[in-house]
Amino acid sequence: MTKVKTQSLHKRESLLAQSKRQLEILSNGIFQNGELPKFKDKIADTNQFPLKAKKLEILQINVGYMCNQVCEHCHVDAGPDRKEIMTKETMIQCLEVIKNTEAHTLDLTGGAPEMNPNFRWFVEEASKAGIKDFIVRSNLTIIRANKKYYDLPEFFKKHNVHVVSSMPHWTRGKTDKQRGDGVFDKSIKALQELNDIGYGMPNSSLRLDLVYNPSGAFLPGNQASMEKDFKKALLEDFGIQFHNLFAITNLPISRFLDYLIASENYEDYMYQLVDAYNPDAVANVMCTNTLSISWDGYLYDCDFNQMLELPVNSKVKHISQYNEELLEGRNIIISQHCYGCTAGAGSSCQGTVA
Amino acid sequence: MSKTYYDPADLRKFGKINDWSEELGNKFFDYYGKVFEEGALTAREKSLIALAVAHTEQCPYCIDAYSKDGLERGITKEEMMEAIHVGAAIKSGATLVHGVQMMNKVNKLDG
Repeated sequence: MTKVKTQSLHKRESLLAQSKRQLEILSNGIFQNGELPKFKDKIADTNQFPLKAKKLEILQINVGYMCNQVCEHCHVDAGPDRKEIMTKETMIQCLEVIKNTEAHTLDLTGGAPEMNPNFRWFVEEASKAGIKDFIVRSNLTIIRANKKYYDLPEFFKKHNVHVVSSMPHWTRGKTDKQRGDGVFDKSIKALQELNDIGYGMPNSSLRLDLVYNPSGAFLPGNQASMEKDFKKALLEDFGIQFHNLFAITNLPISRFLDYLIASENYEDYMYQLVDAYNPDAVANVMCTNTLSISWDGYLYDCDFNQMLELPVNSKVKHISQYNEELLEGRNIIISQHCYGCTAGAGSSCQGTVA
Repeated sequence: MSKTYYDPADLRKFGKINDWSEELGNKFFDYYGKVFEEGALTAREKSLIALAVAHTEQCPYCIDAYSKDGLERGITKEEMMEAIHVGAAIKSGATLVHGVQMMNKVNKLDG
């Protein structure tokens, strides 16, 4: 029996749909009364404040918050009811940047990025820029959601797209609990289709990586051990192969914050994050080499800051004003959610960092 | 002063036992850490053993700690429950096997 809700916080008009409310929660209570140190003070202890952006390596573009799934822990608050979609005009502005950036990775995300009506055109155009690593974060079920998406695996292959997909567990129960009824079976089918055309196979240049994030109020285990367990179970049970597993920590924002509060796990979870704080992870947190672009073209230090509506601290605020040199060296905007990226071995969209 | 014997928040203070005996505390935590490293048994297997023993010892701190540890390692609830049944079987078996001693004694006294 799954408990996944079918509407976003925005649709439900939840107070937590407001980024301001989320930021208040993250700054008050145990962080206001001194029970736990604020992230700023914690990194200052090791002379790492302010965090500064280094040379850009990863350009992450969120092409819209619409999604065919309503996952319990989605930090985007994505779902079928979200209408924020990147326009072709903004995509054209992004393409100008993609052609000129020195970043080695282009990372398209959402929502389900494939649901943007101009997604295929954008991928075709962007792939011409010859960026070394072109990632599309696909939720897998979109491939089986409608016949208009059935050929996505071939489309990805044609443009040498690196597919990165979420998979919270190798069992049906845990996956469906987090991502909705039937998601596991559809994901398995989609992975088999990707395997069939060469994705994820040993020595294949068609990259297929999985993202693991915990299904509840606990931190991810060791990434290498989890990868071993995932590979063994998926191969034995379904004949599925993939390249790497990225273990990602759930950050306490949006729907995961809502879940933490509703399940009375918020304070314990924040303690877990702070107790697991690893100063060595701070130097490599993704905001120092990544830039996140929202559906409407605004710039953020990371996808999480985008959802919290914390724009970059720079004169350059929008893709139309893009200037890589001006953005380099900016101070990163931080709050207590950043503990999620510095816990244990660290966490980023590319997995652990320490 | 707490009016209950167990407070979940005390688990986070475990490391503070070092405050009153640093040398012995350090030796314990070094040993503890080493025991749970990957060895002839995997860390995953050790986590399940720890969970079972946590129950036979009825240690609420250990139950909290190794339930969470199991989740972090991707251990399923079915695996966790089976491990606990192993502990419960040994615990009940250990009680019941003493029935032989009772039978021996009864037979000797009244056989």
